[in-house]
Amino acid sequence: MADAAIQQPEHDRPGFFTRWFMSTNHKDIGILYLFTAGVVGLISVIFTVYMRMELMEPGVQYMCTEGARLTAAAAGECTPDGHLWNVMITGHGVLMMFFVVIPALFGGFGNYFMPLMIGAPDMAFPRLNNLSYWLYVAGTALAFCAVFIDGGAGPGWTFYPPLSWQDAPTSRAVDFAIFAIHVSGASSILGSINIITTFLNMRAPGMTLHKVPLFAWSIFVTAWLLLLSLPVLAGAITMLLTDRNFGTTFFDVAGGGDPVLFQHIFWFFGHPEVYIVILPAFGVISHVVATFSRKPIFGYLPMVYALVAIGGLGFVVWAHHMYTVGMTLTQQAYFMVATMVIAVPTGIKIFSWVATMWQGSITFETPMLFAIGFIFLFTLGGVTGIMLSQAGIDRAYHDTYFVVAHFHYVMSLGAVFGIFAAIYYWFAKMSGRQYPEWAGKLHFWLFFIGANLTFFPQHFLGRQGMPRRYIDYPDAFALWNYVSSIGAFISFASFLFFIGVVFYALRFGRKVEEKAYWGEHADTLEWTLPNPPPEHTFETLPTREEWDRSPGH
Amino acid sequence: MAHTKNHDYHILPPSIWPFMAAAGAFAMLFGAVNWMHGSGPWLFLMGLAAVLYVMYGWWADVIVESNAGDHTPVVRIGLKYGFIMFIMSEVMFFVAWFWAFFKHAIYPMNMYEASTYVPPEFYQVDAFHLPLINTLILLLSGCAVTWAHHALVHNESRKDVEWGLLIGIVLGLIFTGLQAYEYWYLLVGQDWTFGGDKFFSTFFLATGFHGVHVIIGTIFLFICYLRVRQGHFTAEKHIGFEAAAWYWHFVDVVWLFLFAAVYIWGI
Repeated sequence: MADAAIQQPEHDRPGFFTRWFMSTNHKDIGILYLFTAGVVGLISVIFTVYMRMELMEPGVQYMCTEGARLTAAAAGECTPDGHLWNVMITGHGVLMMFFVVIPALFGGFGNYFMPLMIGAPDMAFPRLNNLSYWLYVAGTALAFCAVFIDGGAGPGWTFYPPLSWQDAPTSRAVDFAIFAIHVSGASSILGSINIITTFLNMRAPGMTLHKVPLFAWSIFVTAWLLLLSLPVLAGAITMLLTDRNFGTTFFDVAGGGDPVLFQHIFWFFGHPEVYIVILPAFGVISHVVATFSRKPIFGYLPMVYALVAIGGLGFVVWAHHMYTVGMTLTQQAYFMVATMVIAVPTGIKIFSWVATMWQGSITFETPMLFAIGFIFLFTLGGVTGIMLSQAGIDRAYHDTYFVVAHFHYVMSLGAVFGIFAAIYYWFAKMSGRQYPEWAGKLHFWLFFIGANLTFFPQHFLGRQGMPRRYIDYPDAFALWNYVSSIGAFISFASFLFFIGVVFYALRFGRKVEEKAYWGEHADTLEWTLPNPPPEHTFETLPTREEWDRSPGH
Repeated sequence: MAHTKNHDYHILPPSIWPFMAAAGAFAMLFGAVNWMHGSGPWLFLMGLAAVLYVMYGWWADVIVESNAGDHTPVVRIGLKYGFIMFIMSEVMFFVAWFWAFFKHAIYPMNMYEASTYVPPEFYQVDAFHLPLINTLILLLSGCAVTWAHHALVHNESRKDVEWGLLIGIVLGLIFTGLQAYEYWYLLVGQDWTFGGDKFFSTFFLATGFHGVHVIIGTIFLFICYLRVRQGHFTAEKHIGFEAAAWYWHFVDVVWLFLFAAVYIWGI
């Protein structure tokens, strides 16, 4: 029997190389995703710290054509290196979007907990699962080539032509970035196929679709978005690649091409991408809020259909990123209304979380702090989103720091808070050891204060008219840029502290024997397993009594 | 055994293929970038060889597992779901190319105010000449594969299955040959150039990507032909065959859209 080789007792685990390089185990692959995303995240955050150093004061002190430096240059000693700045923003955007947030939430937690929650012994295609992971690593390597080779790629993570092809004769960097996105796209598409198949085909006996836990649902919907939007992006960047290297003119006006066409195809992917980033965080938050409010989640079914609705609507609103490119009024009116409609399912989610907390016996452990932080900050980002959805108002805000503040509130303070909530929520489940609660709380408050200090003043800067993506600014913007930079340093310190907490807890953390250590309202199937779960879980499929805790709802 | 699995899902032993595939893909693409910028193709070719070797080894493993009985009914359902979703993602890939084509066909840049772009005059292909013949060939090939499929499902003679597949494969090869001839004729015999104008760009990339899919589909069918001869398929259990047939029909449908849009309307 082909399976005989892996049907071994626990003490006979495979060797290091076999376990981590040849894995067909969804839990190990999930761990790999999380650690890799953490490393890439650290590098990407370092880019931002460098950017905030540069923006701390008017004038250019660090990114000089004489050489990038870590100490401020005296006045007159520094010629601004705008390209280095562009490389930093591009690297930060590409890495965070494709190589940090999706791999952490969708690849890491999706891989680890979606099969556990539905009672599946593993993913539907365990070997393909590992291909997704290693292609992600290959894509990351290509992305770093794009940052460090030939001066780096600097067109911004959106790769708008003509910025993205004008350097084709002299630089390979954008080509590396294009292939990095191709490979990470292939990785995500294969991962999505795997997740959807697992979700549809391997749920525990009796677990109908309306009984699947919300996190599993959120990963399922996310997988559909990835599956249907990434290939379109692959087409667009292939056109870019041939425009750059083989003389085609998809986006070159001289040959009848149209740069705006790229923007349309790109955002047809790019907008679903926004939901790809946030939906798994929604799933995490639902579980965390229910657990620490000691109540079942309020409005389970509306929550499910809100996820589905957000996913569906995400495909028909893309051009709200492009109000200023010269679309007709009719087009703008359509995209404006369609965009605002998304506020409805999102509101359903926010209010259901609030209603879950209502009259609950809430305690504020670290995951709950991050969850409440998420709800508060995501709502803030959502409200500025409604402002920006209006084509008329967008005229004033387009490409200002207001937009930067908006999307960092939903991503940096939304998705990333979701990631941290998930890490603290499941840390002992994955590692068998618990983090020190005071350290988690300290991390939360440092990060909460730091991130708000970073991004809230950027609303003011945007309203004052400071454009995004510039290395320098007039003195009038100095105050809030200074505050924002201080916030960024605090956030970075909190991230370093977090890394310390993780390694401390992995080594010295208190061992947790209790399976459902957050109490009885952490009631999905992963809480029926030991910490950490054995190599092979659910070798006998779970019975309905193990997961159906509230047959009434 | 300490652990026995009491379910029908497929739990796999560790495998080196995914790691090798990713390493090969990195070498291939890193090499491709350097090749496009004037270095030799060697790194690209080495990476490509690694990727092809992994494809061969990996799928050979799958066939071995299938023959060993690992593909229980529930696993087969999963494999079908997986392949259907793969085809869906392929459809979305072509959406991008059709999007580019329709945009330029409906709103050409020379209609924009103040545009200085003048579309070039070039040789017009008669859609109802060679392209129509090619359409018929591809559809006929689809029919032959369907014939083979029915022969397999209804337990008719294996010879019918083999002939159906063989005819489908040969017609696929003829299609590819005629496409190559058409490219050669247009590029060498007529005034067409690769790229340089948005029409040529969409024409060659859209039909070219379709052509690549035809070649992949033909190989897939050929593998199925070999497996039929080995007796791998039964009336109940022939996922590989089914996937190849679905893929082939998907390629057919894409071509019908290309024929209607790019050839009939576009030229």
